[in-house]
Amino acid sequence: MTDKIEHAETSTMDERFFMASQWRLMWWKFQDHKLALFSSGVVVLFYLVAIFCECLAPNDPLRRNASRSYAPPQRVRLFHQCQIRWPFVYPQVQHIDSETLARTYTNDTSTTLPIKFFVKGDPYWLWELIPMERRLIGLGSGERLYLLGADRLGRDLYSRILYGGRISLSIGLVGVTISLVLGVIIGGVSGYYGGRLDNIVQRFIEILRSFPTIPLWLALSAAMPADWSQLRVYFCMTVILALIGWTGLARVVRGKILALREEDYAMAAKVCGVREFTILMKHLVPGFLSHLIVTVTLAIPAMILAETSLSFLRLGLRPPTISWGVLLQDAQNIRAVSLYPWLMFPAAFVIVAVLMFNFMGDGLRDAADPYSH
Amino acid sequence: MVTFIIRRLLMMIPTLFVISVITFIIIQLPPGDYLTTYIANLQETGEEVDEAVIESLRVRYGLDQPLPVQYWKWISGVVVGDFGQSFAMNKPVSELIWERLGLTVTISLVTLVFTWIVAIPIGIYSATHQYKLSDYFFTFLGFIGMATPAFLLALVMMYLSYRWFGTGVGGLFSDEFVGAPWSWAKVIDLLKHLWVPVVVLGVAGTAGLIRVLRANLLDQLEMPYVVTARAKGLSESRLLVKYPVRVAINPVVSTIGWMLPQLVSGAVIVAMVLSLPTVGPLLLRALMEQDMYLAGSIVMLLSLLTVIGTLVSDILLAWVDPRIRFGGQEA
Repeated sequence: MTDKIEHAETSTMDERFFMASQWRLMWWKFQDHKLALFSSGVVVLFYLVAIFCECLAPNDPLRRNASRSYAPPQRVRLFHQCQIRWPFVYPQVQHIDSETLARTYTNDTSTTLPIKFFVKGDPYWLWELIPMERRLIGLGSGERLYLLGADRLGRDLYSRILYGGRISLSIGLVGVTISLVLGVIIGGVSGYYGGRLDNIVQRFIEILRSFPTIPLWLALSAAMPADWSQLRVYFCMTVILALIGWTGLARVVRGKILALREEDYAMAAKVCGVREFTILMKHLVPGFLSHLIVTVTLAIPAMILAETSLSFLRLGLRPPTISWGVLLQDAQNIRAVSLYPWLMFPAAFVIVAVLMFNFMGDGLRDAADPYSH
Repeated sequence: MVTFIIRRLLMMIPTLFVISVITFIIIQLPPGDYLTTYIANLQETGEEVDEAVIESLRVRYGLDQPLPVQYWKWISGVVVGDFGQSFAMNKPVSELIWERLGLTVTISLVTLVFTWIVAIPIGIYSATHQYKLSDYFFTFLGFIGMATPAFLLALVMMYLSYRWFGTGVGGLFSDEFVGAPWSWAKVIDLLKHLWVPVVVLGVAGTAGLIRVLRANLLDQLEMPYVVTARAKGLSESRLLVKYPVRVAINPVVSTIGWMLPQLVSGAVIVAMVLSLPTVGPLLLRALMEQDMYLAGSIVMLLSLLTVIGTLVSDILLAWVDPRIRFGGQEA
């Protein structure tokens, strides 16, 4: 009796398994990979923060404040005079040494500034469209919250990191999209038509790949005129990053197409008189889409790192644009960093973002591989 | 084997030709040339700009000629080892770069060796202790290593050493050796400073190699021949070194091809953070000042290193793996 039930159960399980689409199978396998699942959550969170950074930032990231130059991070506290309170910070008081002009900060522990939610702060435009005043967290009544400290000009580092995430994370996405389009078209055409065209394209890719990447980036970025607008520099950066990234994708696509074009269904489509470009895009590319997604996921962190490195060397984005690389420019001066270690905070965000992308890509790779168990 | 190497050597020539053309185009991309930068600098400092002097400079450097002629003048010199004149420093390029290039190559090679020495034992250990705490520890460390860009690591090391020892770790020589001619003392001094850039540069490659080696070895450890060897009573350590490791180590050889170029180009950024006297900072400066021949020659030489690195790894691979060697002869 029990045998029968078990048998029935396994067969429905099997049926569920056999009937499932490719994506459903991938999703099931991906769910088993707890670390990858967690990382995807973090990545989504990062992008949500990037989208809504205006509301989430407690301060205007460009607002200077001489009385808080290099102010240390304000600690969020729960206890005031041995009593538990709503989370609060102590107001910071600046002292300037009259001889050395060095600034020091102390906490004024006599009063507390409770942290408020949806508080009125600096007015801002959400996505340059909607005028708003309320910010997710803040102190209200003209007081400023410095969760991760301030830079030389007294700008709030936490807000700047949130805004920087928008640029740094999106530059990876846009760059990968461009290199994906280039890679699929060039690699696809090269693999599908083969012959002499394939040979030329492959030689060209080999030559591009034998360029040392970073010197090439440096040379290309140095070619950007200094008087370009922020938007143009941003766009140019994505193109520069994509120009070098597409070769790897094109190789993956070509290899897969070479194998798939011999399949019967490709031949059938050809006999039916489907246009060749349609065969390529509609019949062949979906055959390795999952593989492509994995490659792309793993390419994004590389682009984020590339942007950070170039901007750090002052060859990429330039202030007043805010990106993680631009923020790290302040950390170039080792003396400043040793005095104000919080200038290194953007680095932590870069590392976490890249790490999470890598974990996610790893999980996706395992999930997309039909032969792994 | 010999025909294989000769064919690969011949292939290098068109590759290098195209690289030189692209390099030249990129170097020419910024609007204006060295002289416009030079004039702008003069005007900024408020000095008089003498038209006649500018014109004579333009003729002397051949900047008044069409681009193909300029390219020809440059490349025909490069082939015989004459890289032209650096505008900004008013010295022959070859005088400026050889020592720096030598240091760049030294750092890259030492880093490569460091990577192997660290990665191979850890990779083997990690695979034979799969899912143990130590394996998780190394895997996690490896991921962090891969996610941290070298320049950030360099910054962190600078910060820590500044914090703990009160000195920076930048540079490759102590002050008294910076301009000194080469001697044993200078070499020893170099070795004392070398470990910082080597560790910084090597971490990412080490992390990657550990993962590759671990994955490959795990595949091999399940093979029937391992079971056979174990059944015949071979001791575990001998068995490991004798069979699966030898197979799993193959990719270590094949990765030299991309490790070396990565190290060379990674070294460019790290060198700027750690202020190493390698070609990196020189290249950045040359690019900024539009010092065309200097920048072009550096990019060209780095590309040459990359191409040679790929060649060496292909030859090594053909030597290690007969399938590639014989496949190459048939084609």
